[in-house]
Amino acid sequence: MDTVTRRKFLLASGVTGGAALAAGAGAMGLHALLSGGSDAPVLAADEGTLVIVTLYGGNDGLNTVVPFNDPAYHKARSAMAYEAGQVLALDETLGLNRVLKGMHQLWQNKQLAIVRGVGYPKPDRSHFRSMDIWQTASPEHPIGTGWIGRWLDGTKSPAETAVSFEPVLSPLLVGETTAGACVDVGGLRLPDGISPEMVSAFGQASTDEPDMQARVAGTYADLITVDGLIQEINKSATASPTETGTSVPATGTGGGDSLTAQFDLIARCIEASVPTRVYSVSLGGFDTHATERPAHERLLTQLDTALSAFLTRMTKTDAGKRVVCLVYSEFGRRVEANASGGTDHGTAGPVFLAGPGVVGGLYGEQPSLTDLDDGDLKATVDFRDIFGTILSRVLKSDPDQFLAGYRSTSLPFI
Amino acid sequence: MASDVALLLRRVGFGPTQAELAAAQRAGYAPTVQALTAPSTPDVGASATPVPDVGSDPINKYANPTDSQRAVVSTERERQTRQITTWWLDRMTVADHQALEKMVFFWHGHWATSIGKVIRPQLMMIQHRTLRGTNDFSTLAHRMVRDPALIYWLDGQLNSRSAPNENLGRELMELFLLGIGNYTEQDVKEAGRALTGWIINYTEATTHLAPAQHDDKPKTVLGTRKNFDADSLVDHLLGQEVCPEFIAARLWYRYGSSSGAIPADVQTAMVAAFPDAMAMLRAMVGTEAFQATAGQMVKQPVEWLVGAMRQLGLRLGGMPTETVDLILYGLNRLGQVPFSPPSVGGWPAGTLWLTAGTAQVRLATAGRLAGLAPVTGLTAESLASLLGIPAWSNRTYAGLKLATTPKQLLTLGLVSPEYLVT
Repeated sequence: MDTVTRRKFLLASGVTGGAALAAGAGAMGLHALLSGGSDAPVLAADEGTLVIVTLYGGNDGLNTVVPFNDPAYHKARSAMAYEAGQVLALDETLGLNRVLKGMHQLWQNKQLAIVRGVGYPKPDRSHFRSMDIWQTASPEHPIGTGWIGRWLDGTKSPAETAVSFEPVLSPLLVGETTAGACVDVGGLRLPDGISPEMVSAFGQASTDEPDMQARVAGTYADLITVDGLIQEINKSATASPTETGTSVPATGTGGGDSLTAQFDLIARCIEASVPTRVYSVSLGGFDTHATERPAHERLLTQLDTALSAFLTRMTKTDAGKRVVCLVYSEFGRRVEANASGGTDHGTAGPVFLAGPGVVGGLYGEQPSLTDLDDGDLKATVDFRDIFGTILSRVLKSDPDQFLAGYRSTSLPFI
Repeated sequence: MASDVALLLRRVGFGPTQAELAAAQRAGYAPTVQALTAPSTPDVGASATPVPDVGSDPINKYANPTDSQRAVVSTERERQTRQITTWWLDRMTVADHQALEKMVFFWHGHWATSIGKVIRPQLMMIQHRTLRGTNDFSTLAHRMVRDPALIYWLDGQLNSRSAPNENLGRELMELFLLGIGNYTEQDVKEAGRALTGWIINYTEATTHLAPAQHDDKPKTVLGTRKNFDADSLVDHLLGQEVCPEFIAARLWYRYGSSSGAIPADVQTAMVAAFPDAMAMLRAMVGTEAFQATAGQMVKQPVEWLVGAMRQLGLRLGGMPTETVDLILYGLNRLGQVPFSPPSVGGWPAGTLWLTAGTAQVRLATAGRLAGLAPVTGLTAESLASLLGIPAWSNRTYAGLKLATTPKQLLTLGLVSPEYLVT
């Protein structure tokens, strides 16, 4: 897995060749979005905003939503297992990982839904293929469009309806004719001697040059715009204080750099009433094959801090109250720990939904730790049922149109 | 015609040096086409950078590797992967026969196979030698259906009579030989059956047909019913009228224009040269339509990096490991590392490369290259000559005027819209 780069995930099979990308839809700039240059309709009062949080690398579901009372858990995980007193209890059998304090508060506020045992038939243990399956919502056949991309196509939405604050476009936002917009959240880090003024100068339009040259210039204008935004965020008193210093080094399995920074940009966009309906953010590093516990807790802390600060901020505006966050990973991990204090690639895992409009609680059946499929959990919920519910309840669309032939069953979490 | 020669050199190679461009302009367009596509002098640069022997796969040392031995193997394979990646980029930079080097990279993107799944650098290098050494497309197609890396990449070794896997059969039609829309789902299944039974010997890095696992019943592919096997299937697909047209269109997409379809007359001229790939390219660049494509391509990250190193007199070979790693990291962030295409569909083209995120990485990488380059006394005008740019736009010229050192000027030149687009 080490040689599989972030981009291989994000431009998974077939997706790169889409007509939408050939047309350059992915390069749409944030400056156009925030300057109101969008043709997208403003949100209707019943329409929600979706924030998709992708955890790259395969999050260990069993150490995230911990079955702390199950002897089979302690037997399989031995030194890696959490004791009853070490988790934030949800009920008598399950507890959240001890670092998920903000999410536990959301749970107590009945704003956190946990869908257990989520997966798909014939699980694939390749990061690459499994993430592709989730993002395209097509377990049986590789297809060239993501589920949000198809929704963009079907609703004839402009690119800025779906926005990703990542350096490259996620396949989930790529449709046949439309692709979401993508901008890097990293802010301006320029080489020695190169000033923002120089980059700004390159971002100016010039007459009599080919369109593609103008597009290159546009990327420098975008870079300056994003930098301006990030500088404002960093100055802003409401910004989360965890902006720097908490980032875990990338492990080459994909995912964004700072989840907090990505969420801050989303918050600004939502507060500015931009017409974006879907945001995609990500966090990488969950491929914890060795000495998992400290690394995993560090990552979960990042998720918890970013997500709970964002949702707290969202309760302050009407637009914010319609936000639903979806948190998923390409697979869970093997039930049995390996010899390196880590876990290998597994199958089903929990999916989180959080937000003011979410009906908190547990959904789906907790997979058995003894009735296994070749050492892995048997999925009890198909992830497309979650996507279908979101399409229907948040995006107010017919789910069957966008799930590649799958007829989803709605879950009552919204 | 001066600018046309520059376009020719940029498209057919990785980016001409000042000396190469001047020589080509003196020689003229047609002789330059000839020199590029049928060089008459030996390739001194290539001779100086022989294909590396990465040694055998480290896993071969262990019958039943433990976890810690697997970790050692994994580290060694990573080292080998870095070695072949660095070597190839270096070869692209120093090779005199630029058209051949660019063509090898084209075929890598066409038969896109990634070490991300294949894992073994040895198999990637076997495929690389095949791509490098096979100009005849028909021969290449026959070699590729038995190529260990391609078979592993597309699960061919799992494709047996009892458990057919259509992955390779599908891509053979969709991406490699015919193009999407030129076959049915039934054809895919039948082609998959024809390709059953190929086994990979990882220790020997070879493939062979296991008759017991091969489906030797008749199959119907594109209207023809017969007992197809891998070779007769490939022959059958190569014989389809759409095959040469498809290959011509793929070459146009990477060499002519990623936004405009191949003009009919260009396609006709190229099809006439099929299956000689270099002759097809020669036919393309000889057309007026090709010479009218300036400004329609965005340089791929590898083209951009290698072209810049050629023009700045830099090469990865001999650089400290840390510097090489930083440059490879930049390429990775830009989205294009040799031997690691994102999918079997190969790399994207055109404006997909252009995001604010890649703009930032490009700036950082350009700054790094400029810091390594032994350049002094640069002006906006001499920068244009160095990078082979006919003229700066007003916008870029104004930006360049803000630079106060040669390093700043060079960095800006490398990220300028004029330099990114060809």
